Amino acid sequence: MTIAVRTFSQLNEAASAIASDRDAAFFGGGTLIMRGINEGHAHISAIVRTTDAEFRAIRTAGSNFEIGAGATMSDVLANRELSFLHEAARAVGGPAIRNMATVGGNLFARSPYGDFTAALLALDARVAAAGSSGGRETPLADLLRDRERNGHGVISHVSVPRPAGGAEMRFVKVSRVKPKGVSVITIAAYLPLSGSRVQGARIAYGAMAPTPVRVAAVEQALEGKTLDASGVAQALAVATDGTSPASDPIASEWYRREVAPVHLKRLLLGQPA
Amino acid sequence: MTKTPLQFRLNGAEKAVFTEGGQNLLDVLRREVGDFAPKYGCGQGACGVCTVLVDGEPRLSCLTLAETVQGQAVETTSGLADGPELHVLQTAFMEHFAAQCGFCTPGMLMAAKALLDTNPTPSRDDVVEAISGNICRCTGYEPIIDAILDAAHNRRRSA
Ligand SMILES: Cc1cc2nc3c(=O)[nH]c(=O)nc-3n(C[C@H](O)[C@H](O)[C@H](O)COP(=O)(O)OP(=O)(O)OC[C@H]3O[C@@H](n4cnc5c(N)ncnc54)[C@H](O)[C@@H]3O)c2cc1C
Ligand code: FES
Ligand code: FES
Repeated sequence: MTIAVRTFSQLNEAASAIASDRDAAFFGGGTLIMRGINEGHAHISAIVRTTDAEFRAIRTAGSNFEIGAGATMSDVLANRELSFLHEAARAVGGPAIRNMATVGGNLFARSPYGDFTAALLALDARVAAAGSSGGRETPLADLLRDRERNGHGVISHVSVPRPAGGAEMRFVKVSRVKPKGVSVITIAAYLPLSGSRVQGARIAYGAMAPTPVRVAAVEQALEGKTLDASGVAQALAVATDGTSPASDPIASEWYRREVAPVHLKRLLLGQPA
Repeated sequence: MTKTPLQFRLNGAEKAVFTEGGQNLLDVLRREVGDFAPKYGCGQGACGVCTVLVDGEPRLSCLTLAETVQGQAVETTSGLADGPELHVLQTAFMEHFAAQCGFCTPGMLMAAKALLDTNPTPSRDDVVEAISGNICRCTGYEPIIDAILDAAHNRRRSA
């Protein structure tokens, strides 16, 4: 079966085209869509894409960064102001994948993929859809909760608050294949420090649930604590609360749960991964 | 059946072909154009043997929708040598025995070319990163890494 490819110069036109065609897929970088087509299990009749330069742009808006959903991981890496996201962008595939994989596509990549999205969650990012509701931003966590339901439309950009001065962004992707492999667990930690005490930490996991998730229990257990062995003990005790990791060829559910506190500890104490 | 006209430059020469909806660039190169240098390994983005450069950047041609290279410059291993004159990377691969069965070589060479074109003085880690999406089942990688470092060195010397 051949697939119709419909290319639009404006993002909004592409968004309307997709809204009226249930069997069409919106095309970001295509790394997952093309893989599906090659494997013969992409049940789509059309691909809708846009060449809109805006869709790929990265700009600053007040205290936020607006990252076009069509920006690739390489685009993020080429932007110096986004250095707090570089480790996460570099964790996605090899160089060729990063030239293709978009920020928007990563929001919809099934677990254990979604490494970049885990970092966005820890940064409290918001997403905006193209079209009629255009411009209105909703929390990324809401999109992830409902993403299989398909009512989200085309995401136009992700809005990321500039990290506060004195806040640290830490990221680790644990993989059993070197130098590049799929995630056993990915941890992104946004750690604002007041003196030496954590205030308002946001911790997100990749590969520990069907979508990247925040771990509220860990965040609460870190509140007001120092980042040393006794300060993080309570957080480690609840490290897997609320998670539901899968067993896949990379790791079993049991293994992911066993190693989660180990890697969380190393990340929080600043020890090598 | 919808066929879409597609024009792009392949190793400097203009190409005009028809592509079928959803066809990937690797398929277009091998079937419609007849450039058999990029290989079909997995079709999943996992092995890297189909690596080509699009406007100088490495891409996996098996995951590239053909239509997206409209008007762009595509490079494959077929365009590396200049007549009988081998590219500095090809010579280095030969001297370091960096190709055994040779199946990974077209992808390795393109990944390496993308690196040297943007970074003439790569470190060993840079080289490892540059070929991290390319699998080799024969050499154990060390000869390939040595060859790329040597090619970078030779290119600087002759520049
Ligand atoms: C070899 C290989 C290695 C990989 N390694 C990693 C890895 O290490 N980490 C990782 O996280 N991922 C990895 N991936 C998965 C994937 O490449 C990335 O998640 C990538 O970011 C997906 O983006 P894309 O633009 O290619 O998605 P596409 O294939 O274009 O789209 C994927 C899905 O998202 C939807 N979509 C895309 N953009 C939008 C938008 N703006 N609005 C609404 N829906 C949209 C599409 O309709 C589709 O359903 C890998 C993939 C391959 C093939
Ligand atoms: S054939 Fe393209 S990556 Fe394997
Ligand atoms: S030489 Fe055989 S796969 Fe690399």
